[in-house]
Amino acid sequence: MKFISEAADKRIPCYRVLSDDGYPIAGSRFEQVDKETAVKMYKSMVTLQIMDNIFYEAQRQGRISFYLTSTGEEAINIATAAALTSDDVILPQYREPGILLWRGFTLQEFANQCFGNSADYGKGKQMPIHYGSNKHNFFTISSPIATQLPQAAGVAYSLKMDKKEACVVAFTGDGGTSEGDFHAGLNFAAVMDAPVLFICRNNGWAISTPISEQFRSDGVVVKGQAYGIRSIRVDGNDALAVYNTIRAAREMVIHEQKPVLVEALSYRVGHHSTSDDSTKYRPVDEIEHWKTARNPLARFRKWVHKNGWWTDDEESELRGSIRKQLLNAIQVAEKMEKPVLAEMFSDVYDDLPSNLHEQEKSLRETIKRHRQDYPTDVPV
Amino acid sequence: MDRDPRVCVFGEDVGHYGGSYKVTKGLAEKYGDLRVLDTPIAENSFTGMGVGAAMTGLRPVIEGMNMGFLLLAFNQISDNCGMLHYTSGGQFTIPTVIRGPGGVGRQLGAEHSQRLESYFQSIPGIQLVACSTVYNAKGLMKAAIRSENPVVLFEHVLLYNLKERIPDEEYVLSLEEAEMVRPGEHITILTYSRMRYHVMQAAKTLVNKGYDPEVIDIRSLKPFDLYTIGNSVKKTHRVLIVEECMRTGGIGASLTAAINENFHDYLDAPIVCLSSQDVPTPYAGTLEEWTVVQPPQIVAAVENLCQ
Repeated sequence: MKFISEAADKRIPCYRVLSDDGYPIAGSRFEQVDKETAVKMYKSMVTLQIMDNIFYEAQRQGRISFYLTSTGEEAINIATAAALTSDDVILPQYREPGILLWRGFTLQEFANQCFGNSADYGKGKQMPIHYGSNKHNFFTISSPIATQLPQAAGVAYSLKMDKKEACVVAFTGDGGTSEGDFHAGLNFAAVMDAPVLFICRNNGWAISTPISEQFRSDGVVVKGQAYGIRSIRVDGNDALAVYNTIRAAREMVIHEQKPVLVEALSYRVGHHSTSDDSTKYRPVDEIEHWKTARNPLARFRKWVHKNGWWTDDEESELRGSIRKQLLNAIQVAEKMEKPVLAEMFSDVYDDLPSNLHEQEKSLRETIKRHRQDYPTDVPV
Repeated sequence: MDRDPRVCVFGEDVGHYGGSYKVTKGLAEKYGDLRVLDTPIAENSFTGMGVGAAMTGLRPVIEGMNMGFLLLAFNQISDNCGMLHYTSGGQFTIPTVIRGPGGVGRQLGAEHSQRLESYFQSIPGIQLVACSTVYNAKGLMKAAIRSENPVVLFEHVLLYNLKERIPDEEYVLSLEEAEMVRPGEHITILTYSRMRYHVMQAAKTLVNKGYDPEVIDIRSLKPFDLYTIGNSVKKTHRVLIVEECMRTGGIGASLTAAINENFHDYLDAPIVCLSSQDVPTPYAGTLEEWTVVQPPQIVAAVENLCQ
């Protein structure tokens, strides 16, 4: 009678390519990234970082109601996006806007969604950062955690039927692995031989719950085997390692038609969202440490710089330009009209049923009678 | 499934087993294991899977082995089926059909005797229909599959054995129309699903006693067909609702409110609603029978209303 121990003797090691100083680690196998891709990756990481800063500030100034940053997880965002193709369908949690950025979502489009104006693809019907764009193969974000994981099997099923050379990429955080949907989603994908790449961004915190209080296992990577799913743990702050891992995982997922689980270790440098002040539950020097010494941008920049592909001048020029573009995008988004009243009732169904017709009519009459009590800048 | 290759079926034991009520019998043999997919036991999961598939262009028919189990899938039905078309600004459609047997059976116990139509009726973005005959089951199912909106189709455990001649030609019913079962002059009786049969049994007795009830099977639980219902109320001026839902927050409760709001002037008497009590369905046969509205109660209620 032999019990399997609850903890292995050694923790699962983590795949890394670059050291903290940006030098390739001796003995680490990886595929080189060409200059064009590397520079695009770095520039996107910078854009994401600045976008997060500026939109966060905009919320603080009361210009948008809510924002959530991906600070500290830029490498996971961008390197993953770079390793996929535009046909791969993304089922995000909410800390993955870098994928949209990589795929060509403009700063203006991001701003429009956050301001909920008439140019927002969601027509002002979802809260900020809950982006969705079917033309970018990026499913609209739904706030409850992990609900997208069971949906992944359905999307994979669709791809299987079409025999497409693409996969589904479903994200969750460390906290999301506690949800029942995580279990069900992974189990289903395994049983259905679904081409799903599950990526868990283990950033150490689920609002104020540290991973030590989230699970008792050695992180998330060990859970894969319980479902019969191949898994790997990667240093999420090492852009090259993430890139290589996702490339390899994607190949497996598509050609073997089975799911793979990737645990990307990182740290949530920002607060959970603008509704949170994380200094209340974690030490400020811990945050500082990950913000500076373990910064994914700095690490990747060192490598790109060493290859002679990036200069300090280009850095300041890029940062200045992005900042200007963002401030402009915010101004434009802010001034743009809000969606018209009719949009409140559209898209509930394909057509407007009689009860919604009536309710809309009733609302219009009320607004007409009490015009001064309703916002005058919203078109009726 | 013949007409449209995007239609597929998900659920527990729907494949070779043919479904626990044999609704999908023979489909797996004909269309293959991929289009008629057996799933592991996780209602939230396979409903979620249906949402994901629908968002990418398929038209899944999701079976809850018993409607009651779909409470485990409530989030996917409410937040995802119901809301994603709206929150994505119309970019993603969710043309799913969620169906399964519900209602009180014969001593199936509390958890297998649920009437979820009352739980689901508030969810914005979904349509609810209940079939009751062989004819309308086929017509409503086709309509539900072809609809671009998510539709929950309520079947009843005790109605699967009905046999009826139906047309060979294709027909599709409207998801928003009620069915005139028996035109009459004295009173409007509104019902759906299995209670239709209890009402019709009561109607026989009532006709013998000289009454002329108008019986309407509302079929569409959300939205209500207030046009057909209204015309009837304007004619008879008396309304009796007979349902299997629990009293509190049932379909009858909403229907009473809707009729009162819209047709108050045409009513000669308050609306009477006969429903099940607010209790879980007991196992004992006699107790179970007392929780469901029976024909003698319906007869008595009509007699009372028509005094």
